Amino acid sequence: MVDDLYQDLILDHSKRPRNCHAMADATRNAEGYNPLCGDKLKLYVKMDGDIVKDVSFVGSGCAISTASASLMTESLKGKTREEALKLLEKFHDLLTTDTPVTKDLGKLVVFCGVRDYPARVKCATLAWHTLKSALNGAAEPVTTETE
Amino acid sequence: MSTVSSVIAAGFDVEKIREDFPVLKQHIHGKPLVYLDSAATAQKPTAVVDALRHFHEVDCANIHRGVHELSQRSTAAYEETRIKAKHFLNSKTTNELIFVRGTTEGINLVSSSWGRKNVKEGDEIVISAMEHHSNIVPWQMLCEEKGAKLRVIPMNDRGELILEEYEKLLNPRTRMVAVTHVSNALGTINPVKEIIAMAHKAGAITLIDGAQAAPHAKVDVQDLDADFYTMSGHKVVGPTGIGILYGKADLLNAMPPYQGGGDMIKVVTFEKTTYADLPYKFEAGTPNIAGGIGLGAAFDYVNRIGLDKIAAYEHELLLYGTEALSRIPGLRIIGTAREKAAVLSFVMEGIHPHDIGTVLDRQGIAVRTGHHCAQPVMDWFHVTATTRASLAFYNTAAEIDALIAGLGKVKEIFS
Repeated sequence: MVDDLYQDLILDHSKRPRNCHAMADATRNAEGYNPLCGDKLKLYVKMDGDIVKDVSFVGSGCAISTASASLMTESLKGKTREEALKLLEKFHDLLTTDTPVTKDLGKLVVFCGVRDYPARVKCATLAWHTLKSALNGAAEPVTTETE
Repeated sequence: MSTVSSVIAAGFDVEKIREDFPVLKQHIHGKPLVYLDSAATAQKPTAVVDALRHFHEVDCANIHRGVHELSQRSTAAYEETRIKAKHFLNSKTTNELIFVRGTTEGINLVSSSWGRKNVKEGDEIVISAMEHHSNIVPWQMLCEEKGAKLRVIPMNDRGELILEEYEKLLNPRTRMVAVTHVSNALGTINPVKEIIAMAHKAGAITLIDGAQAAPHAKVDVQDLDADFYTMSGHKVVGPTGIGILYGKADLLNAMPPYQGGGDMIKVVTFEKTTYADLPYKFEAGTPNIAGGIGLGAAFDYVNRIGLDKIAAYEHELLLYGTEALSRIPGLRIIGTAREKAAVLSFVMEGIHPHDIGTVLDRQGIAVRTGHHCAQPVMDWFHVTATTRASLAFYNTAAEIDALIAGLGKVKEIFS
């Protein structure tokens, strides 16, 4: 049922998103856009050498995209750039393939229900696409249509 | 509820009509399908499905060229639809009706063919604030190519065009006024007859996007005095990939072809080609023959029920739905024009339309969520997206009740 998608943790993070603010001293930022629904997201990343020191976001979106951005910011702090990109890959696999759910995704496994809602995968991945763009230093706003 | 049943009592037997639409009889996620997305595409009655099947099983051949029996049958069936379209839109002749893929292609045909020939640097094209992207982008492309200017008729808080402002936009540089008959995102029925008359007074040509109007009310292109009028077959319970562009004969005759190829020529030599007469000049290549034949069956089906009856019944459903939605706290209907088709676009405080759409889907209810290919409309109302329930003559008051119950579940999850 639909409750498999909207688990309590997702609802909690969508109603009270963490790290949801602009960041004046960010070293990188990127904008993400989902043209299908008009959702927009701006991501701020503060790097300390190769380490993600801090991450925050602002934007408007559905429960899935807001919760995904919120939980993403929580899970990234302290990770190296490479670890962050690896996590992105694993998260993407969680949503789009039948690979068994692994523990190293931590709280992010809560999004495994999205698998059964193909139309919502892009909601869950918007923040992560934006992260990739921020870490790669892309100049153009990234959209969910450029996978 | 009483208003809806009074229409049923007046001879509109919706349950009998639903029997004609096999697709409506299924369950989605274990719940009876409630299809409230007819503004995106209408469901198809058995009569249309049968016509497609008959063509493919019995009459299949290319048209306009073979002398053999099958080609004659398919040509006759395809051309019969043009005659039906003449009655459906009340054009003067069948020559003024061009088969296109749909409304989008109809608009592109006019912007490319008429536009390239007639629009010059410094000219102006007027559209409105509530246009679908398909009636914005082709004109924008033309303006960019020619150095012309796109002007936009504004609307009020209800989602009605402000005609006083429109009048101010008209001037001797105005070449084209391209406006939608009915808004897909808001449901507004525009006073297109008046809009056309004002354009003509200023010496401009008019194109009316009839995608959302044709399924819900009688269209009379001669009464409207439209120069171009275009519609999609799949919104009037016909197949996808087929539509009609109406154009006044003198305009179409003066326009260059849209695409070159077979069927649109009289004589081809390497030195020169002579083009076919109307309407074939604009119909290069093998068309969507099956779609054309299916559209004929759709016209017949809609005519049998009667567009007047359809419009009256849908209006009752709209009133019922509007009242029911208005009772939900925190829900705002986007688009409250006094003249309105059966479209219920709305937002709910603190709940994103995509979440509403997903929760409704799991209860078997199909609605559209997003910007409805009308991003400027969303911007105007300061929303990124809406949820849209669009009604057709096969919908029932009970289905609106199901929508209301579904929205109760949405609130339960997200509040």
